[in-house]
Amino acid sequence: MDRTTTEWKLSLNVRATILAVMLLVVGLGVWEGLNQSPLMGGGAELSEYEQLLAGADESAKVPPPSEIAVKAWQELSNPFYDAGPNDKGIGIQLGYSLYRVLSGYLLAALVAIPIGFLIGMSPLAYRALNPFIQVLRPISPLAWMPLALFIIRDSEASAIFVIFICSIWPMLLNTAFGVAGVRNDWVNVARTHELSSLQTAFKVILPAAAPTILTGMRISIGIAWLVIVAAEMLVGGTGIGYYVWNEWNNLDLTSVIFSILMIGVVGMLLDMSLAYIARFVTYAE
Amino acid sequence: MSHAFVEVQKAAKRFPGASKEAEPLTVFENISFQLEKGEFVCIIGHSGCGKSTIMNALAGLDQFSEGSMVMENKEISGPGLERGVVFQNYSLLPWLTALENVRFGVRARWKAWSDREVTDHSMKYLEMVGLKEVVDRKPSQLSGGMRQRVSIARAFATKPKLLLLDEPFGALDALTRGVIQDELIKIWSQDQQTVFMITHDVDEAILLADRIFLMTNGPQARIAEAVEIDLPRPRQRAEIVKHPHFYTIRNYLVDFLVNRSSELRTQEFDEQGLRYPTPVNPVQLEDAEATTDSTPASPATEPQENLVKFTPKEIRHG
Repeated sequence: MDRTTTEWKLSLNVRATILAVMLLVVGLGVWEGLNQSPLMGGGAELSEYEQLLAGADESAKVPPPSEIAVKAWQELSNPFYDAGPNDKGIGIQLGYSLYRVLSGYLLAALVAIPIGFLIGMSPLAYRALNPFIQVLRPISPLAWMPLALFIIRDSEASAIFVIFICSIWPMLLNTAFGVAGVRNDWVNVARTHELSSLQTAFKVILPAAAPTILTGMRISIGIAWLVIVAAEMLVGGTGIGYYVWNEWNNLDLTSVIFSILMIGVVGMLLDMSLAYIARFVTYAE
Repeated sequence: MSHAFVEVQKAAKRFPGASKEAEPLTVFENISFQLEKGEFVCIIGHSGCGKSTIMNALAGLDQFSEGSMVMENKEISGPGLERGVVFQNYSLLPWLTALENVRFGVRARWKAWSDREVTDHSMKYLEMVGLKEVVDRKPSQLSGGMRQRVSIARAFATKPKLLLLDEPFGALDALTRGVIQDELIKIWSQDQQTVFMITHDVDEAILLADRIFLMTNGPQARIAEAVEIDLPRPRQRAEIVKHPHFYTIRNYLVDFLVNRSSELRTQEFDEQGLRYPTPVNPVQLEDAEATTDSTPASPATEPQENLVKFTPKEIRHG
């Protein structure tokens, strides 16, 4: 091979990294530059009006990245402190949210995967259940919240229920799709080897459909993480969604931006962990 | 009633017509044949004559519209471990390694065996097809020939009484095919299983078979003749072509596929009621013709001398 082309190929990752860093630096620089607080004490004497405003700018400005970095350092160096209901560390808040997301999500998996299996295996079940799925699926998960609060009478459980209801559909439909699409040849292998229905389900259909099921699970966890923020804003008390809203009420925009970043990072980690699990069940035909 | 190992009687496959008034489409009908224990039978015919349907019905994966199938005096209904199948598209489970695929079959066959026994038995058959080095690879990491070897190892390892091969070498290149044919002969001569195999390759059929069933063209296909291959065993690809009878048989088969499979309109067979394919021995037939120069020994066979020179490399249709 030509040496120069090899070098170009090798440098693709490096070039992408350089470009990403440049974008980051430029973006942060512009943000920083546009949102500087007015310089204090310099130049002319302050007017009485300016003195009243204590030197603040006339229009409120978004906190610059430097302030957020300082805030992030403070929060992340002590993430689990608990100083009362409205002052908990970011780690505790994220912990509450993750607990709700994971419990609602796992409950949904326990329901969706067996039902998806049934729908995928049986055209009768598919036709009978499809109308319900089609009506229930497009409902915004938050629309269930009042009903859940009324029936369950517990805000914690209602939040988990909302996560449950929003993560069930992608898993259900992908499982059904994966199971229905299992190659007939593989089912025939099970049949010619006299496998029982249960053995066929676990030894042939489940591994064959596993990549599609995992895709559904990955979509679901993403949606669940999107929904939990809104659900916690409604329910209140604890969690990252509540934290964002609470800091907004405190007009602490630095904390708001910091927590937005944390939501993004945790969402990415959730997605990456499912992508990691999916690697173990994917196969090439 | 039936004494043969496998007995198929008056089998037919019909599909309903496109509309209600339309006649149902008959792919084949009045198909009857017997397989003896330990026999290797190939079936040749053009695409659409229903070979695969017959095979799938024997495997229990498809059903005849009419007719009965009996194996060892028991009606065949549904698939079973006493009948092993090798499909053209290998049918390996892609998430399992070569060894795990064979283990899958062996484990299903002998549920009481220990893991050690299952692995040892599987390895034995994988070694027989020359795959000892690659047992831990997934099918996607194997070549087409290697995959088909795994598939054959899986089928033989479960020691079925009847082995069904649906064009197992159809997707392989000629060189690979030859090597695996030799391996198939080797593994078959050890276990002496009864084999029923679909092929499009005349040479392959002569190399492997004791008898070759010749099917007429569909619709309303029949098995017209059962050609006896009495070439001595063990046969080898390189040696068999030198045998004086090889081309007599080959030309007879090619002539059937090229000319007679479409000319034979086989309704007259039906008047005979339950009818097994006419046994034919092309070598004796030729001898008889040479001496008497009269009508052929069999009513349904009239090999034409001028066509015997036609020897294409192989016959593949559709």
